[in-house]
Amino acid sequence: MLTLLKRIIRSGWLSFRRQGGLSVATIFIMIMVISLVTFLFLFQNITQFLISSLQEKVDISVYFKEEALEEEILKVKEELTQIPEVKEVKYVSQEQALAKFIQRHKESSVLMESLKEVGENPLLASLNISAREASQYARIANFLDDTLSPSLKNLIEKVDYYQRKSVIEKIFSLTAGINRGGILLIIILALVAILVVFNQVRLAIYSQREELTIQRLVGASNWFIRGPFLVQGAISGFLATLFCLLIFTLICWFFSPKLEILFPGLNLFGYFTGNFGIILLIQIFTGVGLGIVSSLIAIRRYLEI
Amino acid sequence: MIKFQNITKIYPPNTTALENVSFEIKPKEFVSIVGRSGAGKTTLLKLLLAEEKPTKGRIFFDGQDVLKIKPGNLPRLRRRIGAVFQDYKLLPSKTTYENIAYAMEVIGATDFQISRDVPEVLEIVGLSEKANNFPAELSGGEKQRAAIARALIHRPDIILADEPTGNLDPYHTSDIIQLLLKIQQLGTIVILATHNKEIINSLEKRVITLEQGKAIRDEEKGRFIL
Repeated sequence: MLTLLKRIIRSGWLSFRRQGGLSVATIFIMIMVISLVTFLFLFQNITQFLISSLQEKVDISVYFKEEALEEEILKVKEELTQIPEVKEVKYVSQEQALAKFIQRHKESSVLMESLKEVGENPLLASLNISAREASQYARIANFLDDTLSPSLKNLIEKVDYYQRKSVIEKIFSLTAGINRGGILLIIILALVAILVVFNQVRLAIYSQREELTIQRLVGASNWFIRGPFLVQGAISGFLATLFCLLIFTLICWFFSPKLEILFPGLNLFGYFTGNFGIILLIQIFTGVGLGIVSSLIAIRRYLEI
Repeated sequence: MIKFQNITKIYPPNTTALENVSFEIKPKEFVSIVGRSGAGKTTLLKLLLAEEKPTKGRIFFDGQDVLKIKPGNLPRLRRRIGAVFQDYKLLPSKTTYENIAYAMEVIGATDFQISRDVPEVLEIVGLSEKANNFPAELSGGEKQRAAIARALIHRPDIILADEPTGNLDPYHTSDIIQLLLKIQQLGTIVILATHNKEIINSLEKRVITLEQGKAIRDEEKGRFIL
């Protein structure tokens, strides 16, 4: 058994070495496929990051009348926090709202002039509410309308949910679309990848069909014939994985700072190194697994003689 | 030991390669099958190797119906046969040494047996110098000798030789025929398909003559008559 295994491995390695051109072509195709799968894995992370950062920007604000006291507003905040759908509630006082307004519009002389004209702080204190999901904003707005005690409800000047409803829904349908599109893209590209590798291995084996027939006629068992091809497939997959790891380490290391400028908070290289084990497994599974499975399927038809 | 029973082989659409051929071969026999090109010699050997199936009839090898052997068990049958093919059928990606060693590897011979026997057989067929050459680097005669070496290295029960001297010069032809005779004397069945008149007439062994797929003659000490 051990001798047989040794012979199969040696024969697979010899074939791999002697069919230099074909082996290089197979490795090249596998590099492309493994790169594609790795890219899809990273792409999934980037889209998730974009989706969650987009979702984080969505909230609704409850503005309070001028006469509302801070304790009363905080009481509303506390009641809101009890609702399971509410992810976070932030209190913005009149002073904070003004400071934010000035900070944002300090370049606009017209707005600054108008603020001076008004004389006092025209902005209202508010609560910014983030929900866990887009569909939950309507329920939060209902809570403010129906469930809140009348004394607290009277303090509310306006809830901007109804003005922002369409924008919120658009954002969430967009992120859901990106998510669905991403999954569909991954499935299609993964299928293409599998077909490309399978076809390449099939071509490599087709070119050796005469050899397979001879081996059968000389009395070689099916595993003695299959084995070297599987070894060859595994070697190609393993080498392709090594190349891909190197390529992606360099790409992530190089592009991570540039992507971070575009999307603050997105650390691609950190994500790559943090998930190195999973990425390595995905690559080995794609390379070695695809190589072996494709060889098995492609050889089958030549073993019927 | 070997029995062909009413064998007919028709290739689609309607080429009859063999028609109702029956004969038996006993252990240690040396049988020549003669006939013109297309008479059905090669088909007969292919049927015994289970490379092809007959349209009608049955083939028995050591009491076992060859047609009933499951594909997974065919290697066992083939390991008992050493075949020299007309087109050599050497493994193109392996060297001469590896091609011959391969026949031993498939029967599970040890590395020691392989390294002991292969050089010896290479020496017998005069290919020691070409041990590390690939088939593409060998002449027709050298390929034929490599194929013969591969067929006999694992001491099979039967040797099927389809035109084994077709590409050899008279010197090597005589050597190979002497080698086949020696192997037969040691107890192996030799089935030789050829249309070389001189070889057949000098052998004075059993001759089965095929003509247009039919066995027209089967003589104990036959001669080449067509």
